[in-house]
Parts: sequence; structure tokens; C-alpha cells
Amino acid sequence: MTKLSPREIIPKRIAMMFTDGMLVNLGVGIPGLVPQHVPEGIKVWLHAENGSIGAGAPVPPGGEVDPFMVDASWNYCTLLPGASVFDSTKSFGIIRGGHLAYTVLGALQVDQEGNLANWVVPGGKLAGMGGAMDLVTGAKKVIIATEHTSKDGSSKILKKCTFPLTGLKVVDYIVTELAFMEVTPEGLVLKEVAPGVTVEEVVSKTEADLVIPANVPVMPV
Amino acid sequence: MAVILSAKEAVSKIQDGMTVHVGGFYAVGTPEDIIDAMVAKGLKDLTVVCNDGGAPDKGVGKLLSNGCVKKLIISWGGRTPIIPELVDKGELELELNPQGTLAERVRAAGWGLGGIVTPTGLGTIIEEKFGQRVHLNGQDFLYHTPLKADAAIVAAYRADKAGNLIFRRVQNNFCEVMCMAADLTIAQVYKPIEEMGELDADDIQVPGPLVDVLVQQTGEERVMWR
Repeated sequence: MTKLSPREIIPKRIAMMFTDGMLVNLGVGIPGLVPQHVPEGIKVWLHAENGSIGAGAPVPPGGEVDPFMVDASWNYCTLLPGASVFDSTKSFGIIRGGHLAYTVLGALQVDQEGNLANWVVPGGKLAGMGGAMDLVTGAKKVIIATEHTSKDGSSKILKKCTFPLTGLKVVDYIVTELAFMEVTPEGLVLKEVAPGVTVEEVVSKTEADLVIPANVPVMPV
Repeated sequence: MAVILSAKEAVSKIQDGMTVHVGGFYAVGTPEDIIDAMVAKGLKDLTVVCNDGGAPDKGVGKLLSNGCVKKLIISWGGRTPIIPELVDKGELELELNPQGTLAERVRAAGWGLGGIVTPTGLGTIIEEKFGQRVHLNGQDFLYHTPLKADAAIVAAYRADKAGNLIFRRVQNNFCEVMCMAADLTIAQVYKPIEEMGELDADDIQVPGPLVDVLVQQTGEERVMWR
């Protein structure tokens, strides 16, 4: 069996959580790939920090654009039918006010208590947190879409984050190419393993303590 | 009635050492003609408040590249590598705010509020550095002060001679609240400035009396691909 790559399986699994009419905010990287996997017939509204709901796909460089319409990743884009635009206070009112069903974000580190570090590496070049701290604070559910391990093979799913935090106890779900996990009061629960992946493999690549139910189903991707 | 001035004339009202709100998100909503005039005037020691650092040759990035800024208050500077360079050299003070906190601090100033309390940033570097934890109604928040400026510079799509402003698409972002939160508000206008009565009152996003100076934009809006 050919294993799906992280950039395929992670957004595919997350897209299965979306229901018709949901308002969500997606971060850059793997989270931005989720819309491609949303099943036909399900319409999800995408919120962008810079003040839109319903931004369309990026216009390829050199194309004809509206210079006043960019998405939250600085791509020129269109607005889809039914879209709306607003100022930054309303945009962050939508975020902090609990009006987003989900935010899907990447991670540098995430831990078993639901702490997230995704905005700065110690000693690294400082870009800034942008809207990430508000998103993890305000969205109804925070989904982390990340590769299970760093390039050096070390686990990104830790007992305790060591990088500067984006939010304290804010994460609800963690989806990697190996597993689907949920942060609960009882600990980090292994809910599903990816097709072709064993519970033992997940455990061996996870620094965090995992709560492992008697039966761990395979991701229905 | 707003006065209509050239960018150079408008910038004569901005002095060294002032705090300046700059509208724009990825420089959409940033008045480039006014920024260019600020650079040409050789302004220095400014405290600049903006969502982000723009790019090296767009928006706030131009003020940074030309040594106009002493302190920068932003939420993100991912396309302006000059920011960490200037900070490392001790030539720039950088204050990072979560984006929603920044917007609300500006709004608080414009709306006459004593500050904001927000759950954003609890337990993070924001609390360590300058947030003050308060406990209200059984819940923890961070208190932040209002953020007022001497001058606000924004870009609008349409305006009339009363100073009424209309933005296009995502051009608004911080512009609307910044117009409320400064002693002097200068708006650069993309379309030819219109007579009073030509804008529908239902569409106006910043009421005219809050805008002091209008500057007619000279060139086309520049598209900058990532």
C-alpha cells in the first residue's frame, strides 16, 4: 500500500470534519490545502484576517487583478459570490468572538496539554505573531495540521513546548501523517492511526504521553 | 470640510518624533504617495503603528529603509528583513502586538475607551513583556493601553470634499479605526475627489468631519506579486 504524503493525508482527514456552511480560518502551508479536499456539495466559508469572508483562489502571477483584493497570504485573489469584506476590528471580533467553527494552523511544536508554539523559533528571525494568538484564543476549535516529526526526525508532539507559545491550552485536535489525536482533560488521546501505520510506530515517534484506547481505528481517508 | 493638499503639503504637518498610524495590510490601504513625501522630507524618530512592515519598497518598509522610524509597533514583519537588522544594530525599537490586540488598542483610543481587556496572549511573551493580567467576572484577561497617534495616514478608494471616505475590498483593514484615533487624519484618495452629494451616505465608512486632509493619488495602484 502506498502511504499518502503529509500534504495529502493531513488536509484530507481535516476536510472530513467540515460541514456545510461552516466558517473557518486556515493558516498557511498544509492548512491551506484543506479546501481541495472538501467533499462536493459542502460549502465552507473561509475567513481571512485582513478582512474578508469568501476570498477565492489566488490569481496566478501576471494575471489581471484588483489591486485592492489580496488574501491573508498576500496573494491577489477574487471574491466568490456571497463574499463580504470588513475592517480589522470586525475581522478580529469574528475571531475572538467565537464565530469561527475551526481554525486550522501549522505548528513548530505542540504538546499534550494543548499548548502551541508556531510563531517563532528561539534565536530565529522574528516575523511576528500576526493573527495567530487571536485565532487560537477565539476559534471554537483549534486544529493543528503538522508533520509528526521535524526534519531531524525529532517529535513535534511533545510533553511540553519549549519554544515561545502562541497559546496556552488552546489546541483541540492534532492531525499528522501518522495519527489523529485529541487533547482531552485525561490527556492526549490517540483517536486514529493512518492507513498502514501501527500504534507502536506512532508511540515511537511521539515524545508526548499518549492515552491509547483499546481499539484505535484507522483514519477513514 | 477637509482641505485638499498635495502629498508634500500634507506631510508638512507631520514632524520628527511624532507617532503616526499607518493604514494598510500588506500595504493595501497604505498611502504610498504620502509615505514617499515623508521619506523625501527626511522625517526621523517617528513611532509608526501599522499592521505589518510592508515590503522593503512598499508601505512602511520604505520608512524603515530610509531611517525615518525610531519605534515600530506591528503584528507581523515577515517581508521586511530590515526589521531584525535594525533591531540587532540597536537602531529600531520593535513592539510586536497580536493583530487583534493591535486593532482594538487603536479602536480604544478612537472610541474614547480606557484600554482593552482581551484573553489573547495569556501565558505568552505578550503577558511577560507588557500585558497586565486582570481578573474580571471569574476570568483572566490581559489589559492593554489605548494607542493614539499624532497623525493617521490612510488610503481610500473614493472620497468627497466633505472628507467622507469609502474603501474598496480589503483596503479598509486598520484605516477606518486609525482615522478615529489621531489628532490629524490624512487620506490619500484613489479616484478623483468627488463633490459633496455624489457619495451615498449609506456607503460611507469614515464620516467626513473626522478627516482633515485629502490628497489626490497621482499614479495607478501598484500591484506587487509575492
